[in-house]
Amino acid sequence: MNVEWYIVLSSLLFAVGATGILIRRSPVVILLCLEIMLNAGNLSLVAFSKMVGNQQGQIFAIIVMVVAACEVVVGLGLIVAIFRRKLPLDVDELRELRG
Amino acid sequence: MEAVLFFASALGALGGAIGVVALRNPFYGVLALIVHLFSLAVLFLLLSAAFVAAAQVVVYAGAVMVLYVFVTAYVGGDTESAWEPIPGQRFLAPLMGAALFIELSIAVLGSSLVALGTHGSDVNPSFGNPAAIGRLLLERFLLAFEASSILLLLAAVGAVILAGRRVEGTTRGSSEHSSEAPAERSEDPLVVPSPGASA
Repeated sequence: MNVEWYIVLSSLLFAVGATGILIRRSPVVILLCLEIMLNAGNLSLVAFSKMVGNQQGQIFAIIVMVVAACEVVVGLGLIVAIFRRKLPLDVDELRELRG
Repeated sequence: MEAVLFFASALGALGGAIGVVALRNPFYGVLALIVHLFSLAVLFLLLSAAFVAAAQVVVYAGAVMVLYVFVTAYVGGDTESAWEPIPGQRFLAPLMGAALFIELSIAVLGSSLVALGTHGSDVNPSFGNPAAIGRLLLERFLLAFEASSILLLLAAVGAVILAGRRVEGTTRGSSEHSSEAPAERSEDPLVVPSPGASA
């Protein structure tokens, strides 16, 4: 398969994830859509790494995976903290920081 | 054979992603994301990135998704209300996503990278296997490796502080001793009780 197929698939996945972030309002689902976008980035990194014939893109993808795991941990911790304070789990109702 | 595998796993990845966006129940969304991650691991294998594929399955589809399942089971899979704060948001957001896809495709395919239309460079079988990746991580990218370990530690500590059980009276302020008060105030969903607001 040509590399451009992977890149087009990656941009399609990125667009789907961005659409999900715009549409959904549950913080858990927004985190899931964020995962989709990060994985789309990972897919294009690995595809470009294969295209160039250099393994450093795969290292980049692994580091992105680590950062995504950290983001998941902190995000889910925030969601649990929101739930414990009996606040609504809806990003449109959590508007305290809105100017 | 490679084309069949590619299209099958591409369909799986895309279907999983659309399932995450479209399914109402967050629990089914998590399951759809697991399908998406497994399909992506197959794509990584096709791109001769064996270690990344293994890490994808073990770290993402294993550990992270178990975390998601637990948190979704904890906070409950309530469905979202149909109320739209911005009129036409559900209609405009897919348009914006399509525009983003077209823009990205133009940016990538319109670039003058001639290697995009090729099969990629011919690599030897040891490309991307754990030994090669480990050697790169521990020699050339040792600093990034160590920094990511510190980042993981910080994230773990932060999650424990965020989600850990609070000691009553220390974080809420000393003027608020009863633990029922925030529950009463949050009956109205639009009034967000802020810690220390009544102090």
